[in-house]
Amino acid sequence: MTLNRRKFLGTAAATAAALSAPMVRAQGKPRVVVIGGGAGGATCARYLAKDGKGAIDVTLVEPTRKYYTCFFSNLYLGGFRDFESIGHTYGKLAADYGINVVHDWAVGIDRDARTVTLAGGYTLPYDKLVLSPGIDFIEGSVPGWDISAQNEMPHAYKAGSQTQLLKAQVEAMPEGGTFCLVAPPNPFRCPPGPYERVSMVAHVLKAGNPTAKILVLDPKPKFSKMALFQEGWANHYDGMIEWIGPDFGGDKVEVRPDTMEVVVDGEVTKVDVCNVIPAQRAGKIAAIAGITNDKGWAPVEAFGMQSKMDENIHVLGDSSQQGDMPKSGFSANSQAKVAAMAIRGALLGSKVFPAKYSNTCWSLIDTDDGIKVGASYEATEEKIAKVDGFISKTGESADLRKATYEESVGWYAGITADMFG
Amino acid sequence: MYRISLFVAAACFVQAAAARDLGDEKRGAEIFARKCASCHQIGAGAVNRVGPLLNGIFDRKAGQVEGFRYSKDMLRQGADGLVWNFENLDVYLENPKALISRTRMNFRGLKDPRDRADVIAYLRRFSANPQDIPEAAPTAFPQEVELDPEILAIEGDPEYGEYLASECLTCHQRSGDDEGIPAITGWPAEDFVIAMHAYKEKKRPHPVMQMMAGRLSNEEIAALAAYFETLEE
Repeated sequence: MTLNRRKFLGTAAATAAALSAPMVRAQGKPRVVVIGGGAGGATCARYLAKDGKGAIDVTLVEPTRKYYTCFFSNLYLGGFRDFESIGHTYGKLAADYGINVVHDWAVGIDRDARTVTLAGGYTLPYDKLVLSPGIDFIEGSVPGWDISAQNEMPHAYKAGSQTQLLKAQVEAMPEGGTFCLVAPPNPFRCPPGPYERVSMVAHVLKAGNPTAKILVLDPKPKFSKMALFQEGWANHYDGMIEWIGPDFGGDKVEVRPDTMEVVVDGEVTKVDVCNVIPAQRAGKIAAIAGITNDKGWAPVEAFGMQSKMDENIHVLGDSSQQGDMPKSGFSANSQAKVAAMAIRGALLGSKVFPAKYSNTCWSLIDTDDGIKVGASYEATEEKIAKVDGFISKTGESADLRKATYEESVGWYAGITADMFG
Repeated sequence: MYRISLFVAAACFVQAAAARDLGDEKRGAEIFARKCASCHQIGAGAVNRVGPLLNGIFDRKAGQVEGFRYSKDMLRQGADGLVWNFENLDVYLENPKALISRTRMNFRGLKDPRDRADVIAYLRRFSANPQDIPEAAPTAFPQEVELDPEILAIEGDPEYGEYLASECLTCHQRSGDDEGIPAITGWPAEDFVIAMHAYKEKKRPHPVMQMMAGRLSNEEIAALAAYFETLEE
């Protein structure tokens, strides 16, 4: 049952040899195109190729040649990881798993003809399509901000150059300056993400700019791991962080990138760095495919992440609307394996086992102070439904918090190996 | 001449033993039973489990027990000439990852020097030099949970196990590398089953694992155990 790399390559070589020369490209094999090479797409492509044992032609479409994970990008901001440690390439997926990796943007989907059009002009036919495009921002959700202002006011919510820019801005803040984070409304990618980010920025400022202030403007009355973050902020960064919820105008925010001002319920404040995380919807290609709802997400059924609007399309991760799971890399990775199994079942007739989903989100508050929240889920007719869960407790021992952080480092190594081979 | 050299040898031995402050092996046996025995066996009849058997560890090169799958780092240390003795066992037991950074021994270490000395004294009993391995009954190998023999006898379906395992592999690396989350690749099936039931019954404390194990049936646990036991690196 197990398949190690040598055996896999052996199988692939035997399959290739069996084809008559000149070699025909995967003729007759079912074709799966995966759009998006993150936690959902890369994992799904890898499991389809690995478990399909050469019987499925898998193409992965991802524009970036080097993928920087959003998870742990906050740790880079805090100085706990170097930038290169969160960057990953697709070489192993191509070389060890035989996946056709195409670095291009998918710009069109013809659901009747079952083809994907790429920005470079090529057309890819598919039998099954997997969409895992992550998020895009809703224009106008933060008045005054649009994508042309992302240099003055970075979002840093798709990791990469934006993350580097935000880090540079934090490090260049004037003494006693103000860092402002505009938090997004639900639902959004990585629910604890903005608050871990605040913690990491506070960690940097405490060391190099201890009189600086952090202002969090939040349209939500409560947020993920709220009690744990607030306890941690009081313990490590007393007096530095001010969180303004909707009761005090956190939901009535306008930004002025030209003058570096934020307007909260009519009151103007000058800031030095402004991290604007706008409201979100599914990555645009999902809307182009015509499988999103009026909220901008792609509804899926719970047994195999199949689009409710097209049985030949599966949607994974942040862009899907599936029920109770949070939008996280862990969730996307978990969903990808269920979808890969369902797709193999449909294309090859392999056994389909009951769907099982799980998620854990670790966050770092300060050095060796890690916390986590997680849950397990099952498929129901209505949605992916939560079964059981846990969360770190306030007042835990330093040893336990350190162990939780170390565990998150182990998880990062594990999930990236599971995604990229 | 003969008599003198014997005397010298004896004197050296006494001196060395005194300098090393040999621990209390009886107390070491108790610590071993509590802290080590869930993964390691020692004594007559000992076999490899999650960890290698520990008979004859003194003066043995690291990573040499036949049939045990070591981490790459442990094998490298052995190739580089690490031979187990009092000093390096003391360092290793204090914090395994400090000596061998990607060791699969997922153990936080014995921080009290006396505890380490006692365990090392106990381990020494089972090394050929200076004493032979005693013919005594094997150390009682304690089980964490009382399992119905029928549960242990369930034959796992490795194909189902492979699918279920995909959930484990988000955190536990398939390669068996341990960078903060323990390796489970290649675990003996019985140890795997016992560990999962210990989580399921909340006798082991980890909340993620309690949750994951809590929703697995006996057959599913057996399937996972069958898969991970045969998984090659």
